[in-house]
Amino acid sequence: MTVFLQRLYFSLIGLFLALPLIVVAGVSVNEKQDLAFPPKGFSLAWYAEIFTNVEWRNALFASITLAALSAAVALLIALPLAWFLWRRHAPWANIFQLLGIAPFTLPPVITALGLLTFWAATGFYGQPATAVISHAIFFVTLPLVTLSLGFSSIDRSLVEAAATMGADDRTVFRTVVLPLILPYLVSGYAFAFVLSLNEYIVAYMTVGFTMETLPIKIFNALRYGYTPTMASVTILFVAIAATIFGLVARFGDLPKLLGAMSSRDQE
Amino acid sequence: MRREPPQKLTDYSPLVFPAGMLIVFFVVPFATMIAVSFFKRNPSGFYTPDFVFDNYARFLSLFFGKVLGFSLMLAIAVAICCVVLAVPFTYLLSRARRRTQVLWLVALLSILSLSEVIIGFAWSTLFSRTAGITNLFVMLGIMDQPVALNPSFGAVLTAMTYQALPYTVLVLYPALVRLDPTLTEAARTLGASPVRSFFTVVVPALRNTIVATLIMVFIFALGCYLLPQILGRPQHWTLSVLITDQAIYQSNMPFAAAMAVFLVLVTLGLVGLTIYAGRKGEAA
Amino acid sequence: MSGLTLQNVTKEFGTFTAVRNVELTVPHGTFVCLLGPSGCGKTTLMRMVAGLDLPTSGSIRLGDRDITNVPTHKRDLGMVFQSLALFPHLTVGENIAYSLRIRGVGKAEQKKRVDELLAMIHLTGYADRPVAKLSGGQRQRVAIARALAISPKLFLLDEPLSALDAKLREAMQVELRQLQQRLGITTIVVTHDQREAMTMADTVVVMNGGEIRQAAPPVEIYRRPADTFVADFIGMTNLIDFKADGAGTQVLGASVPGLTIPNSLPSGIISVRPEDVHLTAPGNAPITGTVTFVRDLGGTIETFVEAAGKQIVAVSMPNARPDVAVGQSVGIALNPDDCVVLKA
Repeated sequence: MTVFLQRLYFSLIGLFLALPLIVVAGVSVNEKQDLAFPPKGFSLAWYAEIFTNVEWRNALFASITLAALSAAVALLIALPLAWFLWRRHAPWANIFQLLGIAPFTLPPVITALGLLTFWAATGFYGQPATAVISHAIFFVTLPLVTLSLGFSSIDRSLVEAAATMGADDRTVFRTVVLPLILPYLVSGYAFAFVLSLNEYIVAYMTVGFTMETLPIKIFNALRYGYTPTMASVTILFVAIAATIFGLVARFGDLPKLLGAMSSRDQE
Repeated sequence: MRREPPQKLTDYSPLVFPAGMLIVFFVVPFATMIAVSFFKRNPSGFYTPDFVFDNYARFLSLFFGKVLGFSLMLAIAVAICCVVLAVPFTYLLSRARRRTQVLWLVALLSILSLSEVIIGFAWSTLFSRTAGITNLFVMLGIMDQPVALNPSFGAVLTAMTYQALPYTVLVLYPALVRLDPTLTEAARTLGASPVRSFFTVVVPALRNTIVATLIMVFIFALGCYLLPQILGRPQHWTLSVLITDQAIYQSNMPFAAAMAVFLVLVTLGLVGLTIYAGRKGEAA
Repeated sequence: MSGLTLQNVTKEFGTFTAVRNVELTVPHGTFVCLLGPSGCGKTTLMRMVAGLDLPTSGSIRLGDRDITNVPTHKRDLGMVFQSLALFPHLTVGENIAYSLRIRGVGKAEQKKRVDELLAMIHLTGYADRPVAKLSGGQRQRVAIARALAISPKLFLLDEPLSALDAKLREAMQVELRQLQQRLGITTIVVTHDQREAMTMADTVVVMNGGEIRQAAPPVEIYRRPADTFVADFIGMTNLIDFKADGAGTQVLGASVPGLTIPNSLPSGIISVRPEDVHLTAPGNAPITGTVTFVRDLGGTIETFVEAAGKQIVAVSMPNARPDVAVGQSVGIALNPDDCVVLKA
């Protein structure tokens, strides 16, 4: 009885989460440019459209480039910071941890508007590089959190052991710390990448008038009516996110990354 | 390894790049925004430097009061819906097999990462007359003919709950995983049914966590900027939508900045409250 | 020769003094155990020898080199950590070769040395296994081999056997001692287990409250403890008040003939090991008491006797099982040579 209720509840939540995506998936395979469900006919033409239509292809390319670069910059900011906070006793440096977490915690409109005023005031408004930096700052929280978690799980006696065997600070970092932190580095990058790919408001406020990322393109298209390519792009994005998080789960410890230390406690 | 305070100047070198980036591209823009909120609007360009309180004075209008009131009400409604749905779900999830947990976590993360644009589009499709859920009701014979369910308040609330639910689950997850399972087992041996032990043991034990989660989801919902535009009518616009609208379409940066500063203050107040609730939770 | 000398070493953490004015000489090739209850400063002392903590004052010399402020990685030591600290991302062979690799030793030579060390710890053929797949005892051996890879001048072990079960621990103690004697390496072990210290050490250093209470060979520590702390900490003992005056020495309300008190102490404590307490028929010994409890452990028999309000324990072997029952009156005979006179 309880098991049945449990299953039922899981199914209802699952249905709620899946329903919009099922409908969009259905709509995306319509043969004609109809917004119809169940789909009339079956065609994958709208998926091909993402890559054949210049506008959609450019938007996809812009989004992927932006996500790849901004996630890398976010990592470059987060790694030395997280390492320093782990390695050194410097309570005042926690202010930077706070600064790294703030952009993501505040309502996104605020970070977006702050960056818009900043880029406008400095005269860089509209340049593609500003979007990369803006996203890096906006998403630096994610690698910062995963890396802090990763560092805290490194047994400090490993570092001491390496030192007794003759390794200086730099060698310890290269031969012990970096290999152990690598899974967290990868997952931090993956989180920042996927979220940057999907981000709308910051990209829109910084480069919205000069460059179209996919979310901007979908929103612009949405204002002028419906085209099934939106549906196929949506499904593509869901697939990308699920694949990347699936890989993170496959090669890392997802429950632990999300704050559950249980899998470690069992060791 | 003992964490020594930095000894030499070079020990600080790892901080240079992160600190520089965060100061130049977060603190300075933030300060710029605050400065702009005191500037005067210049209809031909962005703004002219000044020091006026006009932008803040506009908060005192009835229109603004309505928007603020609606934003807060909507965010509270979303937070309550999410927490009510998520607490039992997360509890069951944290007791499920590891494989099941991982599958759900992947699904939740995938939906959480989805753009508001995409969520808005997906729900507008589901609520549409031609491809929407009402077609299913017609097929089942519940309705005579399909109708469009948006724009409406219900559509906005549903989509925002959809967006915030994965976030809620992921916020609750660590606390629930760490909850001592012997607590409910003890309740069971004392004669409580599973449902009863959930409400009499789990929920009270998590009271502070639930309060903190409510506040965090509230802040998350406050940041929602597109769903009210896509799925609602103008009277369903929130503060975040209004800020975007003023900044981009009305080119009134000073007013947008003033509203943003106000939103920050509300958020910071709530974060402070969350930390306070958390502290109390640790002490209890 | 690379003996170790600590001179007046003190370590303070804020207002807390973890180690106070320690003087210690460890001759080349000897095996020293730092023994004491938790919080006595033994681990801090070893960490200073390793350079993982720096002394607040005092100096540390290895051979004729002052290493007080030399960073850990330049000290050429081998250390086994309590947690073992095996690198989880490296295999057994890579763990052992780590100190050679970062010193730029060639691949072929690394492999040769790893094979030698694996043979030494009876794990030949384990080089490519991940460390997570090893048993507790095997990890222990790998940690030891890894520390010895560069033939260090100094071999340090911090509670190295604490994670092992009792049987394996005893076997490893013997193995470790034999290995140390074979290699002739100067070795320091931190432990809270006195059996472990007695088994392995040339010199046992008993510490308490950040200070060295006694540093001596195991038998001397046991037979001639320097103070009541050492007497009580090492093995079982009876600590009994005495009073001395012109008439003789009063112990448990009776005079013990032949017990002479050095330095004419008027009062103090004598320490008598339970195996040195001999039970006789009442009247055959100066002290009389009543049996309160008998614990027959098979291998030994412990008899608890109350005399002059004080509980005394006597231990006998099975072949000298005392014929007593609870409530019976007995005489207690003490041989003056077995009594260690200590300050109160």
